Amino acid sequence: MNRLRATLSPYFLVLPGGLWLAIFFVIPAVFMLSLSLQTGDVVSGFSPTWSFSNYTNAIGLYHTQLLRSLAYGLAATILAIVLAYPMAYWIAFHGGTRKSTYLLLMLLPFFVSFVLRTTAWSFLLSDNGILLAPLKSWGLLPADFHVLATAPAVVLGLTYNWLPFMVLPIYLALDRVDHRIVEAGRDLYAGRTAIFTKIILPLSLPGVFAGVIMTFVPASSDFVNSQVLGGTANTMIGNVIQSQYFVASNYPIASVLSFTLMALLLIGIFAYARALGTKDIMEAAAR
Amino acid sequence: MGDTATKSGGHVKTVVAAGEPPAIGLVGLSKTYGSVHGEVPAVRRLDLEVGQGEFFSLLGPSGCGKTTTMRMVAGFEVPTTGSVHLLGEDVTSIPAHRRDVNMVFQSYALFPHMTIFENVAFGLRRKAVSRSEVTSRVGQMLELVELGGMEKRRPGQLSGGQQQRVALARALVNKPRALLLDEPLGALDLKLRQSMQIELKRIQREVGITFVYVTHDQSEALTMSDRIAVMNAGVVEQLGGPREIYERPASRFVAGFIGTSNLLSGAVAKVVDGHAVIEPGDGQRVLVETTAAVVGEELELTVRPEKVRLSATKPDGDCCRILGDVTEVVYLGTSTSYAVRTDTGADMTVFLQNGSDASDVAERGDRVWLYWQARHSYPLTPVRPAEAAA
Repeated sequence: MNRLRATLSPYFLVLPGGLWLAIFFVIPAVFMLSLSLQTGDVVSGFSPTWSFSNYTNAIGLYHTQLLRSLAYGLAATILAIVLAYPMAYWIAFHGGTRKSTYLLLMLLPFFVSFVLRTTAWSFLLSDNGILLAPLKSWGLLPADFHVLATAPAVVLGLTYNWLPFMVLPIYLALDRVDHRIVEAGRDLYAGRTAIFTKIILPLSLPGVFAGVIMTFVPASSDFVNSQVLGGTANTMIGNVIQSQYFVASNYPIASVLSFTLMALLLIGIFAYARALGTKDIMEAAAR
Repeated sequence: MGDTATKSGGHVKTVVAAGEPPAIGLVGLSKTYGSVHGEVPAVRRLDLEVGQGEFFSLLGPSGCGKTTTMRMVAGFEVPTTGSVHLLGEDVTSIPAHRRDVNMVFQSYALFPHMTIFENVAFGLRRKAVSRSEVTSRVGQMLELVELGGMEKRRPGQLSGGQQQRVALARALVNKPRALLLDEPLGALDLKLRQSMQIELKRIQREVGITFVYVTHDQSEALTMSDRIAVMNAGVVEQLGGPREIYERPASRFVAGFIGTSNLLSGAVAKVVDGHAVIEPGDGQRVLVETTAAVVGEELELTVRPEKVRLSATKPDGDCCRILGDVTEVVYLGTSTSYAVRTDTGADMTVFLQNGSDASDVAERGDRVWLYWQARHSYPLTPVRPAEAAA
């Protein structure tokens, strides 16, 4: 009886989560997959026709937005690393007893709704807003200079919105680095640079790895930032999917694009994990 | 081993050879930590020399300043006053990563993301040693600590004892001017610890590098060291060979910290050819060789439990002898331990070997004479140097 219990208990533990995923992810995904191969319109209804041409058509029409999404996501991710690493490093090694205060300060803006925050950014970046107006009146920027409705505005918005997802895993990895290991490095003739590149950086890479995945995936599929900050010239694939689904009611095309984005992200992450798997990267750094 | 390092009188042979600078020289070294309660001295005006190739131990209870002293030698702590010298060169202002000493950490502090080979090679790579030399020196060192073939493993895949050896190899491979060991065996179980003690001694003899060993374990220090500095409250209470430290403790603290010891005290009745004599009455007397005794003054002395013998009748001769009642008898296998309450009120412990003829010498409640040779009583300095300095 006990043995049966021991064998079954892991399955019982996974049951709630498993059911959740099955009902709210697997079933919709299968439904969407079938939808992506149907033809028709919202008035006369869609019929399953196994039309794989949906894929070639949609990708042909929207490949610019697909690639743009990946590029923006990548740019935002890199920018987030650049901003988050020093921040996490400082909190972990110089935060002293106030580490949690600093983390809370960083997270505080994120208690406000995502859409509201992005809208606030459009205020900040607007052509005659509080940021640009003074710079223009002082003659530091030309009068026709603008940030809003450009690619950098979208990337900045994406970076800002996913920064905590980069800071937190990096912070956790850095905070776990044992100070005695750092001391051992100093004892073995490692100066500041070598301590960082040979010990601290390699030991924090698992955190960077997690941060990249947690930032890149949602940033690439976002549509709010490009809608609020990007204007019409910088639409991302999320905007296309949204308008195809809710405006044009072209469900097959929306499904096709969703699946294509998912496939691209999965391929990207697997390639990333393969090429820069944390184990290999640490071995390389150790040399 | 300990015997060759000491002369018959228990005095330590000077390990520092004439004309050769000591491996480590500490001059007036002190460290004070600031805290909310004011300044807390951790180490007070320490003067110490460790000879080249010596196995030197800093022994003391936790908080005695031994670890702080070692960290100042390594360069992790900046001394408040005084200086640190390595082979005669003042290195006080040289940062840890440029000091030619290496350390074995209590927790080993191996680099978890590197293989055993890379762990050991770390110091050599920082010093830009050629690739082929790194390979050969790391290989040799891993052979020395009996870890050949483990190069590709990671620290997490090794046992505690093996990790300990990696930590040792990682430090020794750099051929430092001195190796500092911070309670390196503390995390190991007793059996492994004992075999590692012998192992450490063998490795030290083979490489000939100066070892400074920090420990709170007196048996560890006595087993391995050429010389021991017993520290308490930031000062060295006694400096000497294991035999000297054990048999001639200089202070009450050293006597109490190292092994079991019996403390006796009494007023000096007379001084006869260099010996102070305490006479508690009934023909009892205690002799102590001392030059500082003054008749009528209180004198404190110590005698080790294995030097004392028991007798039912009053022993003859000019030995020390006092009367007492046996309060406890504990059979320990190879020996028997007797607790005796003397007429003067002191509690004495006596260890007797269980030889073939030594059948039950005394029973609980027996009235016995305790006697020992006068040369086994040692006077204790009345005031500890730490208190005098403060």
